[in-house]
Amino acid sequence: MTHDTVIRTDDLEVTYTGKREVTALNGVSVDFSENKLTAIIGPSGCGKSTLLKSLNRLHEIQPNAEITGEVYLEDDPVYETDEPLPEIRRRVGYVPQKPTPLPVSIYNNVAYGPKIHGDYSREELDDIVETQLRKVNLWSEVEDRLDSPGAELSTGQIQRLCLARSLAAEPDVLLCDEVTSALDPISAEQVEETLADLKEEYTIVMVTHSMEQAKRLADDVIFLYLGDVIETNDARTFFENPQNERTQEFVEGHAAVEYDDGDDTAPDSTADAPPAE
Amino acid sequence: MDRYAEQRLFGFLARASAALIVAVLLLVVGVTIFRGGRVFLTDPAVAITPPGSRYMLDGGGGFLHAVLGSLFIVVPATVVATTLSLSTAVFLQSDYSSERTSDVINMFLNVLWGTPPIVYGVFVLTVIIAVGAQTSLIFGIVAIAIFQYPIMTRYADEALQSAPDAVKEASYGLGATRFETARVTIRAALPGIIAGVIMGFARGIGDAATVLFTAGRSTQMPGGPFEPATTLPILIFEQAASFNAEVRSHAYAASFVLIVAVLALIIASKLLAGRYARFAPGGRQ
Ligand SMILES: Nc1ncnc2c1ncn2[C@@H]1O[C@H](COP(=O)(O)OP(=O)(O)OP(=O)(O)O)[C@@H](O)[C@H]1O
Ligand SMILES: [Mg+2]
Repeated sequence: MTHDTVIRTDDLEVTYTGKREVTALNGVSVDFSENKLTAIIGPSGCGKSTLLKSLNRLHEIQPNAEITGEVYLEDDPVYETDEPLPEIRRRVGYVPQKPTPLPVSIYNNVAYGPKIHGDYSREELDDIVETQLRKVNLWSEVEDRLDSPGAELSTGQIQRLCLARSLAAEPDVLLCDEVTSALDPISAEQVEETLADLKEEYTIVMVTHSMEQAKRLADDVIFLYLGDVIETNDARTFFENPQNERTQEFVEGHAAVEYDDGDDTAPDSTADAPPAE
Repeated sequence: MDRYAEQRLFGFLARASAALIVAVLLLVVGVTIFRGGRVFLTDPAVAITPPGSRYMLDGGGGFLHAVLGSLFIVVPATVVATTLSLSTAVFLQSDYSSERTSDVINMFLNVLWGTPPIVYGVFVLTVIIAVGAQTSLIFGIVAIAIFQYPIMTRYADEALQSAPDAVKEASYGLGATRFETARVTIRAALPGIIAGVIMGFARGIGDAATVLFTAGRSTQMPGGPFEPATTLPILIFEQAASFNAEVRSHAYAASFVLIVAVLALIIASKLLAGRYARFAPGGRQ
């Protein structure tokens, strides 16, 4: 990869302990370049969300996750560090797979990050809220009802609200976990457009189930399979000339059936497992 | 029996039991409101008139002392119990304690929940005797707060548990601390928490046994936190046992005041909870 690396993992290994021990990542070392959109793809349950969350230690809110290895954010370690966790998570923002508003008004959803991290006047907050809502193309739809509950918006609007909310915390890196999977095709397209605009300014890591979406948006692609990185390459090479046999199968198998990923009803089902080896 | 007969039979039983409950409730509430209302409305001043010096004997004056006593005991107790139970409920969530710890604490809470209130009354009385104090308003507050605590904690814990995990994840994902996240989760669980607070308040204001041994059965206006006081349920008990017919009729007036207050509270809590429910993220994780 030729661009500056913003975040990289070094031999990251994550295990979920409990009755049934699951090793979700076996020693993953990957780089994410600045102002690029990197797509993480792979079959259900292969560890995509785990990899994404381990980048800002969000998996730690699950009490049974154990991790070894290290993540470097602009060369500063994320795990072996004295920096408070909230500060790391501000720099590496996370947009959840299931669009979830905070139980407050639209305005306060966006203002939440700035409020907890900084000390802003009401005017400055007004400004931030407007800027971020414009950035995600939501402003015109909500400008006259900023005080109504975020929960009263449509799912697609909520997902854009979540994006705006994450951007308002001024992250360097944005982690997006299947952000269009809960959306109808039109909302999904709007969110995609937003992401395409955003990658000029932010380093984005996106998990997706849709090959088409990865083709449209990604600069780089990481293919995960059962906790291992099988292939990582720039998007063009990845899709047109996959180096690995399994990647080839996965890409072809999906390109044939997937057109636009609007559905993701059973993320843990084995229905979309890769072709048997 | 064929499937449809089975279904009809079950439907009949379900409706019959619901009707029975509603009928009994309507009877109790209706009789109290009707008879109490009749006494109360002919002379509403009894609720705001201090008792005469021989109130229990001749019914002179009113029962303002018990109305105030109830307020002065149950309102502060509810504030104390709400604070404690919210803190406990937050602690019981997985961000703060392991599953085993919260299981053990929950077991104790269940035991507390099932303990008859008179036991709390006797317990606090023992403390009062041990420290050589007298029954007084402040001990009534303590006893009622202990009684309300497990009830409110259960409600708050369940409300917090059923708040979607995604809300927590979203908050942490924005760089919130545990405390900030707890506040967001509380916001999401507010309708359930409010229901618990009102339930605790209603149980507290209706309970006689806890107050009997701790604040006493004073027939004078409450004189301060360290003076004896009494509450409406105790008053009603004593009124109903009086030889004087007028005092006995006051028991209905006092019941009317109590039941109307509780109904008003429940309605208020529904309205309040409804307002906050608009903000709660739709559906569960
Ligand atoms: N909290 C947990 N406890 C136990 N096992 C878990 C936990 N979270 C995830 N796992 C397991 O870890 C593996 C990787 O999960 P992960 O959520 O990262 O997969 P994914 O690639 O994001 O899947 P999907 O495409 O369905 O979202 C799976 O086998 C999953 O069952
Ligand atoms: Mg996932």
